Amino acid sequence: MARYTDNPAAVAALVRGREVHRDVYIDPEVYRLEMKHLFANTWVFVGHDSQTPNKGDYFTTQIGDQPVIMVRHTDNEIKVLYNRCPHKGTKIAIDRTGNTGKFFRCPYHAWSFKTDGCLLAIPLKKGYEGTGLEQSEGAKGMKAVGAVHNYRGFVFARLAEDGISFDEFFGDALSSLDNMVDRSPAGRLEVAGPPLRYMHQCNWKMLVENQTDTCHPMVAHESSAGTAVQIWKELGYSEDDPKPPAMEIIAPFMSPYEFFENMGIRTWPNGHGHTGVHHSIHSNYSAIPGYFEKMCEAYGEEKAKAILDENRHNTVYFPNIMIKGPIQQLRVFIPLAADKTLVESYIYRLVDAPDELTARTAMYNRMINAPTSIVGHDDLEMYERAQEGLLADGMEWVNIQRLYEEDEDFDEERVENGTTERQMRNQFNAWVKFMTASMTEKEAAE
Amino acid sequence: MTVTRDDLIDFIYAEARMLDEGRYDEWLDLWLPDGHYWMPLDWKQEDPLHVTSLLYEDMFMLKLRVERLNGARTFSQKPKSRCHHVIQRPFVDEMDEAAGRFVTNTNMHYVETRLDEQFLLALTATHELKLVDGRLRIANKRVDLLNCDAAFGNIQLLP
Ligand code: FES
Ligand SMILES: [Fe+2]
Repeated sequence: MARYTDNPAAVAALVRGREVHRDVYIDPEVYRLEMKHLFANTWVFVGHDSQTPNKGDYFTTQIGDQPVIMVRHTDNEIKVLYNRCPHKGTKIAIDRTGNTGKFFRCPYHAWSFKTDGCLLAIPLKKGYEGTGLEQSEGAKGMKAVGAVHNYRGFVFARLAEDGISFDEFFGDALSSLDNMVDRSPAGRLEVAGPPLRYMHQCNWKMLVENQTDTCHPMVAHESSAGTAVQIWKELGYSEDDPKPPAMEIIAPFMSPYEFFENMGIRTWPNGHGHTGVHHSIHSNYSAIPGYFEKMCEAYGEEKAKAILDENRHNTVYFPNIMIKGPIQQLRVFIPLAADKTLVESYIYRLVDAPDELTARTAMYNRMINAPTSIVGHDDLEMYERAQEGLLADGMEWVNIQRLYEEDEDFDEERVENGTTERQMRNQFNAWVKFMTASMTEKEAAE
Repeated sequence: MTVTRDDLIDFIYAEARMLDEGRYDEWLDLWLPDGHYWMPLDWKQEDPLHVTSLLYEDMFMLKLRVERLNGARTFSQKPKSRCHHVIQRPFVDEMDEAAGRFVTNTNMHYVETRLDEQFLLALTATHELKLVDGRLRIANKRVDLLNCDAAFGNIQLLP
């Protein structure tokens, strides 16, 4: 029985100030509504334009559960099309990347389309003469998504034709993306290799929440980061000795609660937010020779310093990505089912910066976010245990009230103690907003 | 000591058995100090450093990895994983006795299990071995997964 479809009040009732109902994580109907509403009404990350550098280059992915192709059109603009032939539905491309030349050609009956989706040709077209093909949806060609925005190389799309604008949706939250891109002396990033692909048997929102969960590292990652610190001491080193890059990366996960409290959390409207307002686990990486000089040349010393002094930890762009500006990483949490999420972790090269920075970024990615990563194992174990634990009927609500305040207003930007769960509440506030924005109330006939 | 093909092949089998039986101290002792265990993410990947790999671990990271497996608060290993290698007879691709350097290439099926889950990885391991003080040691090991570009759940032990 449908409990939530066409019932915005029931959906909104899943979120209370201090807690959320478990159905947001485990209910297949809620998941389907997320795909239909939340992932249609929000601006969702698609890819980076360096993944499709030349005309005709394409990249296949999905927005929510919708298969799409991101392609560079003949005018050099990035288009995002549904990956579905308007004839009988065949996916137009299934390799992850490729070049299609000037047009797509469907492999089934060879209908062809320009790279902006427009119908180019149909073989034996006379068979449609007098059948009213012009009036059919198919004659328009491959359907484009509602809106596309390329922000400094990062391509976002809104499936819905109408809705919130890109600028209003992200607002000042774009400052984190700016900082990541500004770290290139050329002001440009390039994707570095394929992403890690890590399958999680849990709801996608658990991953998004974890990005600003600052009370778990010293507990869940004691096994990996704690052991690393232990081995380091056994080797005869002290905390203050210069550390090799691997230790620089992993040791800060064991920082005490005060470190995370003091780092601060900032929340922005529409569900975005970040940890590491004042400092972060990325603050004390050693300098790479030659990099600061290049930054000064490009920006002048004052601005270069300002860019590099910003060490934001995780920035969540609602609904389903996070970025780490200081190490040029982006992770996308692709929902596959209520209890299944594919996590893809991309890294980017800073154009005109020394290669050692890319090496550190690649090291971070494999050490922390690979299916073979010990830190990844720590996290996934917790998500999957939670997904199973939520089936317990004895309790139905999930607690998110750390540092809760009465009458929180998520439309205002705020900076709070770094251990607050305000950002999780901010996400759920936005979740209700974009879940119900296009939901119609059905007359209660039954 | 002269090294025969059989010595090399026996070495590869013995290494797999150590991993299956969880004899990690012995296994770490097979390695030369500056060795790396590399598992590429991309098919025929050439650069371990500037694009992402699944693993590119030096001795510090390998030691950390195996010590963690027995940690009191290693919850992803409560209960523990088990693994199992089925290996084909290794090819000996390089045999430079004068330099004491040898390269083998071994196809294998690797099975890992925990609780009710079990998965299979088909892979090719390339070992660079060196004869040091009369003992064969691992100078480097590269593991190419047949489906390196697939999405995986946790892979917690070592192929
Ligand atoms: S399904 Fe694409 S041309 Fe027929
Ligand atoms: Fe974590």
